[in-house]
Amino acid sequence: MQAIARTEVEDFLFAEAELLDEWRLPEWLELFTDDAIYYVPATDLAVDASPDNNLFYVADDRFRLSERVKRLMKRTAHAEFPHSRTRHLVSNVRIRKQIGDELEVSSAFITYRTKDGVTDTYFGSNRYRLVPGNGTFRIKEKRCLLDSEGLRAQGRVSIIL
Amino acid sequence: MRANWKLLTENSIDGYHALTTHATYLDYLKSATGALAQVAFEGSARDLGKGHAVLEYKAPWGRPVAQWIPSWGEEGKRELSRLYDGLLTRFGKERADRIATFNRNLFIFPNLVINDIMAVTVRTYYPAAPDFMNISAWALAPREETEWARKYRLFNFLEFLGPGGFATPDDVEALEQCQRGFRNSAEAQWNDISKGMGKENPSYDDELQMRAFWSNWNEHVFRVPA
Repeated sequence: MQAIARTEVEDFLFAEAELLDEWRLPEWLELFTDDAIYYVPATDLAVDASPDNNLFYVADDRFRLSERVKRLMKRTAHAEFPHSRTRHLVSNVRIRKQIGDELEVSSAFITYRTKDGVTDTYFGSNRYRLVPGNGTFRIKEKRCLLDSEGLRAQGRVSIIL
Repeated sequence: MRANWKLLTENSIDGYHALTTHATYLDYLKSATGALAQVAFEGSARDLGKGHAVLEYKAPWGRPVAQWIPSWGEEGKRELSRLYDGLLTRFGKERADRIATFNRNLFIFPNLVINDIMAVTVRTYYPAAPDFMNISAWALAPREETEWARKYRLFNFLEFLGPGGFATPDDVEALEQCQRGFRNSAEAQWNDISKGMGKENPSYDDELQMRAFWSNWNEHVFRVPA
């Protein structure tokens, strides 16, 4: 496989963030492979913890992730209807490893969510496994590691981080 | 959560809001093949005295102890039969059926909830301000648990419960919106919780349990019976 420049990965992650901020969630879902996972572990867990024996905030396989997207696009998803406004900032992007046809990528994030006069902040790092192809990437794993000690301030993770 | 702590008492033991507040959770169960048992919502509420109360009811979701749903497959069926047989041996059929197939939302006055629903959660909550509470919640697990049971219990928990589930964020939204509404208390100094009042056997989706809580709270705070 050809060497991949960090800027290519950054372009992809910035585009991902834009889809989330514009609430184009069905398009965002298409970034994922059919066997993809999207995880938000609880804040007291190890980086590589498994949802099979640890309680996560979110542990979606591709099916549950597609259902999450369906839910968030409904009027009956009360927490997000009307939609909140969000801004996903992505920084400190690094290619950690290239194994076979997969890339391990990490980034730092700050995501703001605002609604009804209240702004919440989520921050931490994302660990991705990306599969390059056709001049872009697909996401095989997105693991969102929150740095906060818990979620008392925000009370929920109703958006996609 | 940006709401008065007493609202979480109401929410944790309210049987009436599931179909509307959690419409998307039920949609999810409907679209996941075999995620619903052929069981209707049905049950009762009990005032346990001194502000404590419990709902006990049947519901169509899977329960790790021990209501099987088709999406848990043959392995799940074997595991749940094993658990059920254990209950049968220890408690006899009547109590085993009650443990396995009934959900319980149990409230211990003033701020402890033990909800034995699609998973067992223990939660407690303290006011940090009149309009903000800190919540701690735990997932309760059996000491002896197979890998299968642990995995599916955890999945059942996070699909509904927890801050990233398909249901709890909507509870948070509802409570925060109620808190906003209560800012108008100068105009309306009451909240209607009369559902099922005067019924001999209040249903799980009536509001007997709310009245049990509020009456006792009122007695403690104002030193007069409500």
